[in-house]
Amino acid sequence: MESVLGRYRNLIILVGVLFLQVLGLAIQVKTGAERETRLIRLWAAGAITPFERALVWVQSSSGNLWHNYFYLRGVRAENRQLKEQIEQMRVEQVRLSEDAAQAHRLQTLLAFKEQFIAKTVAAQVIGTSGSDLSRIIYIDKGENAGIKPDLAVITADGIVGKVLLAGPNEARVLLISDQTSGVGAILEKSRLQGVLRGTSNGEIVLERVMSDEQVQAGETVLTSGGDQIFPKGLRVGTVTNVSNGKDLFLNIQIKPAANLGRLEEVLILTEKQERQAVAEDSGRVRAADILAQRLPSVPDKPPDAAAPGSSANTAAQPGTAAIVPKPNNSAANVPAPTAKNAAGKNPSKGTVTPTPPAKASAQTTTSQKPKPMNAAAATETKPPTAPVQISTEPAIVEQKPAIQPKPVPPPAQPEPQVPPQDNSPQ
Amino acid sequence: MPITYTSGEQVEVYRFSLPVTIGVPLVALIIQAYVPKYVPGFAIYVDLPLLVTIFFAMARRSPIAGLFTGAIIGLAQDMLGHGMIGMYGIAKTVVGYAASSLGVKLDLENPGARLLVTLGFYLVHWVVYFTVARALVNMTQPWSWTHGILAGLVNGLIGVLLYFFLDRFKQRT
Repeated sequence: MESVLGRYRNLIILVGVLFLQVLGLAIQVKTGAERETRLIRLWAAGAITPFERALVWVQSSSGNLWHNYFYLRGVRAENRQLKEQIEQMRVEQVRLSEDAAQAHRLQTLLAFKEQFIAKTVAAQVIGTSGSDLSRIIYIDKGENAGIKPDLAVITADGIVGKVLLAGPNEARVLLISDQTSGVGAILEKSRLQGVLRGTSNGEIVLERVMSDEQVQAGETVLTSGGDQIFPKGLRVGTVTNVSNGKDLFLNIQIKPAANLGRLEEVLILTEKQERQAVAEDSGRVRAADILAQRLPSVPDKPPDAAAPGSSANTAAQPGTAAIVPKPNNSAANVPAPTAKNAAGKNPSKGTVTPTPPAKASAQTTTSQKPKPMNAAAATETKPPTAPVQISTEPAIVEQKPAIQPKPVPPPAQPEPQVPPQDNSPQ
Repeated sequence: MPITYTSGEQVEVYRFSLPVTIGVPLVALIIQAYVPKYVPGFAIYVDLPLLVTIFFAMARRSPIAGLFTGAIIGLAQDMLGHGMIGMYGIAKTVVGYAASSLGVKLDLENPGARLLVTLGFYLVHWVVYFTVARALVNMTQPWSWTHGILAGLVNGLIGVLLYFFLDRFKQRT
């Protein structure tokens, strides 16, 4: 007997080790892997992530050094391009805010509840599972930063996944391309709902859409909010291929909007709120306001030197931008950008700039009929008690088109701040 | 021919210092988890912990040491993933045992032989993993011989370079 044990010792140990592991697997299958192995996985992550964090730090530091101090080629062109993009987006924002306001009003009418993202935490991706059969990533924020399991993880492009397990300083995120992942999704145009799942080869498919429905390739997929993890309306991806699947359902392949293969920074939605939709009129933004903010303006003067009727300040405020008349280009002390900023329609009529209170200006923009914005119109908007002040600010105005303009004589000393009701001469 | 059939007494047995024994598998696990962040295909075609298991098992030429090396590295790899703990553990235990058993019989120093042996063990690992996944855990994994052989060759090429580097840490007993 002893000789048999000695002879097959290696094989017996092999069988024993394999048996123990199979037993462990059986227990996990029966009771659920995540619950039973939570601590072990946290320890493993705690052992590996400090090294990965150090690697990420070294890599990002050297990358920053190179990109911020040495490799600045094309930065000017990129900056110019980005500025143009910002301007386009600001105009687009005006249109969208109008749509949003309308949607709010409709939601209020229908007593809908709306969900919105209240708080997010930014985190850096420090590693992966290292296996193509388990699509998870590690991030460098954990419970200490308010991360908990089942929080949604997104990027600016689209959704990424959900937090699976959170340690003190790291968390494990299950990507939407994992086989065990499931996300409630809706097709943007056709409004068909389905369940988004990962496949074993890392693709993403939309399941549970009946085969008699019409789905076009290229259609955008959004979150439906039905999974109680992702808020409704976040971008998921686009349909790349539609084919007939099994059991009367379509097989819809999705290309994720976020690049799941190269994630570097992500946002974790730590707080989302649900509230009754409320229509808000006060927060509306007009195109004129956006344009007024976009155009260059005269920089603010120090408080002691600034006259209350400073048109530069007035022009920069939303809702009051159109009051200041546009001066002529030949103005002696009016720089060209200021003329643009004034945004007046009839430059030749402008004489002085009154200093109406903000409320009066707002009334002009909201309650009154649109009028040609010239100095006369502006004067009408001021309260009757308000003094007409001649400001020394360069942004103010110009009298007439003249070859040799006559500069406005400055007062002997800067005028102190005077409330509009005060009629006493300065 | 560098592949030689030798008796147990003739074959050279190596050992490794403690820092190398712990450090090399740890570094392999870290690289395996870190590189896919930048190279998404890395995790699909490369299994560094498997290569380290094969190297240590073949150099030590002890089946028990080999199977425990494989089991520990495999279980650590399981813990970093999302699947059941034990799937990689079982596959690498088998590979560790087989590699050390083969190492007792064969002295593999030639790069070509190492490539073939690594390709073979990659396929063994893959078969065992998928058997466990389908039979025990009821996971649906696609089977592709093309992918297996391609990934095996990639691992074999990387393994040849890696073994050449790790040979420096061998210590004669």
